[in-house]
This record gives sequence, C-alpha cells and structure tokens, in this order.
Amino acid sequence: MKHRTEEELIGYRDGETKERVEIAAHLKDCAECGQELARIEAIFAALDAMPVPDPGEDYGNRVWQRIAPRLGEKKPRWWETLFVPERLAALGGVVALVILAFVAGRWTRQPVPLRDQTDAAKVRERVLVVAVGDHLGRTEMVLMELENAPAQKGQKPIDISETQRRAGDLVEENRLYRQTALKEGDQAMVSTLDELERVLLDIANSPDELTPAAFETIRKRIEEQGLLFKVRVVKQGLDERKANPEAKPEENKPRGTERKKV
Amino acid sequence: MADGVEVSDAMAVERTLAGDRDAYRVLVERHSRTVYRMAYRIMGNAHDAEDVVQESFLRAYQKLKQFEGNANFGTWVYRIAANYAIDRIRQRNADEARREIPNRPGEDSLEVDPLSQVRDMSPSPERLAGSAQLADRMKAALAELSPAERTAIVMRHWDGCGIEEIAAVLKSNSNATKNTVFRAVQKLRRALTPFLAGKEARAMGTEG
Repeated sequence: MKHRTEEELIGYRDGETKERVEIAAHLKDCAECGQELARIEAIFAALDAMPVPDPGEDYGNRVWQRIAPRLGEKKPRWWETLFVPERLAALGGVVALVILAFVAGRWTRQPVPLRDQTDAAKVRERVLVVAVGDHLGRTEMVLMELENAPAQKGQKPIDISETQRRAGDLVEENRLYRQTALKEGDQAMVSTLDELERVLLDIANSPDELTPAAFETIRKRIEEQGLLFKVRVVKQGLDERKANPEAKPEENKPRGTERKKV
Repeated sequence: MADGVEVSDAMAVERTLAGDRDAYRVLVERHSRTVYRMAYRIMGNAHDAEDVVQESFLRAYQKLKQFEGNANFGTWVYRIAANYAIDRIRQRNADEARREIPNRPGEDSLEVDPLSQVRDMSPSPERLAGSAQLADRMKAALAELSPAERTAIVMRHWDGCGIEEIAAVLKSNSNATKNTVFRAVQKLRRALTPFLAGKEARAMGTEG
C-alpha cells in the first residue's frame, strides 16, 4: 500500500486538499498513516498548549490612553508607509534631490549657458550617488551575512529565507540603478551592479533551505569574485562624492569612459 | 459614547470619520485583546506585542477613510497588525543578525536551538508531562521559524484565517502560502517530535 506523504496529511488536516475523500478512505485502511496523522495532530495540540499572557480586562483602555494623545499626529505620507524608519532619511534626501533635479531641468529647458545645463547633470548624478549608496549599503549587509555565517557541520539545512527575501527586493532596485548608471555612462558602476545582480538573483532564486554544500557554493562565489570588496570600494567612492560633490570621481570611472555630455 | 448604549463597529467608524475622535475608543477597547493575542504569538514577547497593538490602531485611525463601510473593522485592524508584526519581526531579525553575525539564532546556538535543548533534556515521562515545559518548547520552536512561517501558522492555526488572507499579508500567492504553512508545521514537528514522543505513545497505546 502506498502511504500518504506528510504534506498530504498536513493538507488533509488543514482542510487544504483536493483529495479529501481519497485520503479519508486511505486512512480507514492504513493504520500507519493514521498514526502519522495522530502525530501531526499532536503538534497542533501542542500549539494550543502555548498560553498567551492575559493583558488584563482593562487592556483596551490602556491602549487607548497610550494612543489617544498621538491620534492628532499628522498622517504619514504614502511613501513614508512604504519604507522602514531607517531608510526614511536617505529617501527624504533622494526626494529632495529629485525636486532639485526637476527645478534644474526646468531651467535647462531655456536656452541658457552651458554651465546651467552642467549643473542639472550634476544634480542628476547626485541623485544617483545618494540612491545607489543606500542600495549598496543594504546589499553589503546581505553579502556580509552570507560570507560571515559560521561554517555548518553535518547535513542540517540552512534557512536563508529572510536573506532571500531581502535579496529579491534588492534585485529590482539593482536593475533600476544599473539602467540609470548605464544612461549616465558610469561603466564602473554598471559592471559592479551587473555582478551583484547575478549573485542576488542566485540567492533570491535558491530554495529557502540550503544544504551546507549549496550554501558554501554561494559563499565561495561571493569570496572569489571579491564582491564584498568591490561593493565597498564603489560605496566608498560614492560616499566621497556625496561628501564632496565637486570632486571628480576619476578613481571610480573606468578608463576611456566619459560622463554623458549635455 | 459614554451613554451605555452598545455602539456597533460601523457606527463607531462613522462617528470617528465625522470628527468624533473619542468614538474610536470603542473600537480600540473592543479589538485590542484579539490583536494582542495574535501579536504576542508572532512577536514572542509582551513588549513587542504591545507595540504592535498600539501602532496598528494608530495606523488604522490614520487610514480609516480607506476602510470600506461594509467590511469588518476587527478583521481590517487584524490585517494591519499582522502586516506590521511581520515587518517588525523582519526588522528585528535583521538588527539581531547585524549585531550577532558570528552566532545567528537557529544555527549553532545551543541557547535557542530547540533540538539541542530537547537533547539536553532528560526524556523521562515525568519531565515530559509538564505542559508548561511543552509551552516553552513550542515557544522556542516558533522562534526558530522565519517571520513569514510564524505569521502564517499564527494566522492559520489560531485565528483560522484563509489562505488568501494570509497570502495578502505575506505578499505572496496561494500556493506559496500553502507551502509556507506546510513548512512551518514540518519545522515545528521536527523540533517537537522528540519531546512529544512519550506522550503520544501513551495516548495512542502504541510504541509510537
């Protein structure tokens, strides 16, 4: 007799199976699967054994006392709700720069001297510098987590679902910045973002539980390609450009590449 | 609002939107405990759970104009809270990972690895019988799940949410969400089976 899998039995217990009748019939005849289902049921019974401390009868009142003074606070703008708090400062900077770029763009529509047009290009470049700097910071964090994770012994699978989720978010951003860098003619950044995209995609598309061997392969790739080092170099260059916008980023520009002339 | 007459959620929402700020109190007092229970199970401690409750009711107030009158306010604020809880727990995990990269929970840490803890325990039936111990084991096992898995199992098992509803919170699709629930149960099972074995065998009258 072919036994039902654990997944089928959990789905049956959860009411999430299309084979409800078939599995029920099988369970009537198969004591082994019946015992397996009982073992699964024991897990759910154990879940129920986990108590939640009672916050008290007046809990609702206490919550109200805490939040009532804050109800008058200004409703956050839509973009504030999309981002976690520590990203707000960076995002605010980007938004301000975008507005500046827009204003500068309007000026450059008039037949004005070349200098004003160059200023607009500088503003656009600065937008890219700030946004990519933030992106690289978060990418560096993901790579560091993988590279510095302790070596695994045995065959215990490694859960990378959290890192994987963040890598998935970063892939989308990475593509956007790569396209912008391409338009801006910053080949060094394009090349680094290219390499990053491939690794981020690998991480995002991996199973969320990796064998120690598969985990080691990703880690080695990060090490061998010196990705963390490259990210830090580009990020440092961007930080310097952010601190001193007038300085030309010669060290980060590949030879023979010129910034887009307006 | 203090006239002793039972005010429905819909009426309280309507009055709040009309500018009666105190009408919102009815909604907060009525639904705080349900949201707290869910938040506690996801966050694993009372402090974070209380933070989730307060922030969720603040967000619900700020977004109240988006609330559709024919919907259930309790369900709506529950979803806001579940969304906020999963974001908070991801953030917390990321912060912990940054601080403790060399010894991340869920890997080699004997302190939090429920399997290691189980191995350290004496398997005698007397020790296994304590439900408080079982609750502790379950808490540790839940802490080992990913934020998505933890949210999914809390919403599914304790609060009976549908797969689509969970998928909306996880920003995922139905199949992936079913898999997330399955993985969560499977991981809990792996962590708890050695602990439950004695009880189970006795309950079923078999050798397990």
